[in-house]
Amino acid sequence: MILTVINVEKEEYVRLVESKSKNPHILEDAFISFLTGGVLGASFEVLTSWFIKMFDLTSKVAVGWSLLVFIFTAALLTGFGVFDSLVSKFKFGLIIPITGFAHSISSALLDYKRDGLITGLGSNMFKLAGCVILYGTASAFLFAIVKVIIYG
Amino acid sequence: MIASIIYDTTKLTPGHITSLFVVIGAFLGIFGFYDVLIENIGSGMSLPITSFGNCLVNAAYEGFHENGFYGLFSGMYSTTSAGISGAVIFGFLVTLFFKPKD
Repeated sequence: MILTVINVEKEEYVRLVESKSKNPHILEDAFISFLTGGVLGASFEVLTSWFIKMFDLTSKVAVGWSLLVFIFTAALLTGFGVFDSLVSKFKFGLIIPITGFAHSISSALLDYKRDGLITGLGSNMFKLAGCVILYGTASAFLFAIVKVIIYG
Repeated sequence: MIASIIYDTTKLTPGHITSLFVVIGAFLGIFGFYDVLIENIGSGMSLPITSFGNCLVNAAYEGFHENGFYGLFSGMYSTTSAGISGAVIFGFLVTLFFKPKD
């Protein structure tokens, strides 16, 4: 009698553990990322139109300036050590925008600071951002050739 | 949001996912589809890393029209250089002024 009770509890426990570890709040995370990405995109839009209005820039230059502002903010937040805790709260909404790229460079720089200027900073800077640049460049080269073939 | 679902359901690291997104952006750049997205949704679409791939393809393509095959190489970073150098410079400045938090 007692044994069966224990067995049932065990089964339930295993099921509970599985359900908790297999499904780490997929929908919740997705929703948070969606919101964060949306808020960032909207504020980017506001910033860009402000740049266009204030400094009379073309939209391309204004977009570039707003990107720089976002990159600078992300680097600064990384410097204060806040960015990682923000990512754990706001998930991929912060990683997929350019802020994630800036964070990957500045965090690699900070992590290897104690290894010196050349062997530490110089050779480790693109440790994480390297994959974005490598596969971006490689695929862009291939796709640009495809585009040239299609459109001439 | 898509990235978050991929991250939670598969065992890929954020590095894999951002690389994947760059390639997707570059692919959308072939047919000019990404620029249509930017026009319709707004410049907020320039913020995700997919835009990086899109810019690379279009810059290389424009380079080809200016300088021929050599332009594929020289034009590649012409529109994204501000982002890359900005990230490097600001990252370096931050490193000079801050200490790593353990």
